[in-house]
Amino acid sequence: MQGFGDAFGAAFALIARFDTDLVEIVGLSLRVTLSATLFACLIGFPLGALLAVGRFPLRGALTVLVNALMGLPPVVVGLVVYLMLSRAGPLGTLGLLYTPTAMIVAQTILVTPIIAALTRQIVADLDAEYHETLRSMGAGAGMRMRTLLWDGRFALTTAALAGMGRALAEVGAVMIVGGNIDHVTRVMTTAIALETSRGELALALGLGIVLMILSLALNSLAMGARVGAARMAHA
Amino acid sequence: MRRFCLPFVAALAIAIPAGAQGDFIVVQSTTSTQNSGLYDAIVPAFTAGAGIEVRVVAVGTGQAIRNARNCDGDVLLVHAKAAEEQFVAEGYGISRADLMYNDFVLVGPAEDPAQVGATDDIDAALAAIAGSKAAFASRGDDSGTHKKERALWAHAGVAPEGDSGTWYRETGSGMGATLNIAIGMGAYTLTDRATWIAFGNKGGHRILSEGDEALFNQYGVIAISPEKCPTVRADLAQGFIDWLLSDAGQAAIADYRRDGQQLFFPNAGR
Repeated sequence: MQGFGDAFGAAFALIARFDTDLVEIVGLSLRVTLSATLFACLIGFPLGALLAVGRFPLRGALTVLVNALMGLPPVVVGLVVYLMLSRAGPLGTLGLLYTPTAMIVAQTILVTPIIAALTRQIVADLDAEYHETLRSMGAGAGMRMRTLLWDGRFALTTAALAGMGRALAEVGAVMIVGGNIDHVTRVMTTAIALETSRGELALALGLGIVLMILSLALNSLAMGARVGAARMAHA
Repeated sequence: MRRFCLPFVAALAIAIPAGAQGDFIVVQSTTSTQNSGLYDAIVPAFTAGAGIEVRVVAVGTGQAIRNARNCDGDVLLVHAKAAEEQFVAEGYGISRADLMYNDFVLVGPAEDPAQVGATDDIDAALAAIAGSKAAFASRGDDSGTHKKERALWAHAGVAPEGDSGTWYRETGSGMGATLNIAIGMGAYTLTDRATWIAFGNKGGHRILSEGDEALFNQYGVIAISPEKCPTVRADLAQGFIDWLLSDAGQAAIADYRRDGQQLFFPNAGR
């Protein structure tokens, strides 16, 4: 049986060798996940704020739907995007299947509900706090959304990080729409799945450790940026 | 909000941009050829000579054929002759060629609870497993190996599907995942020899039955038809197939070894 010692050994060897394949895989993981998180933020922040402060029919139902979509299984998202992007599908002519773009699309769909739902909660809480003030200023819905999103920016970092964590960790969607093609669409999680299926458990776990280190680094960066920004805001 | 997303934009800017797109083909493939490292060994020589990048999507044979039917590939490389011939007959493939072969083996725990022994009679081996209700891990995913396994059970006169969930356990997973499961639960399973030799987590499992003629495992290669799939890169696909079937391609396949053992035996045009 291959143990944890072997796994840490493999992780250390991978990093020490700094081999170009690993750098490529890590780079693609970052590119796909960060792009998907960015697009999910661009959609999720306004959508969440709208659900929090907007007053329109079916708002409650839409809120429940967005919350429920947080539980979307990645494999289902992968299948839906595959069916859309397949040559036999409605968007087949774009030729996007088995490209990083397809992976970004799938992860954006996966992550947007998480960011939107968390944003809605954050903005709704702030709205309850500042409702009277904003109303007395005669702020319209758009103004209120912008103000509250800006006010909640530190809490929203956590929403973005939650979404990014989901994107970084999932394997089901990118495996189907990316195809785990070497040097083209292979990312950390699909590489881990491949090594597991080769029975190279120590190497798979080693890659997992590298992924955790990556996640730690990204979260530390975000935390640092947040602390720095908070200092500037209060200075 | 725009300022809020700045760190992400900055991160994106340093992330690797999309590389230039040269000529490439997509191969819808069975998993054994990738998991055993065959493509890593033979494709670079082709790419260097022809300037065509080969992008391999390795899924089970059943899914590879489905993906190819959706025109999501240029070449199909799988191991289920009947399904391949049907694929061609329906017009999705131009023609099918034998590429190489190896064989399936029955692996199981060293203790061998079903007393399979080391037999070359796969019928007797499967009957012994069914008779003793020893755990057997089936792919259960309509892959080439799964199709072969069902045919072997039928030939042995056993219908294990009725016992699914008891001793007959359908994993619904790829070969590697199924091997990991079989080793974890001390179950028997059928695997192609290439995946088994290259597999890194054999545990105490070993080959218990091999050598029966029924265990023959033929791989075929098919160019996907531009008539059904107008977007197919037919010329490039044919270039790859021609190379695989050429003396150079066949020699590259024969030369690939793991632990001193040859994994695939070329037999194009024979």
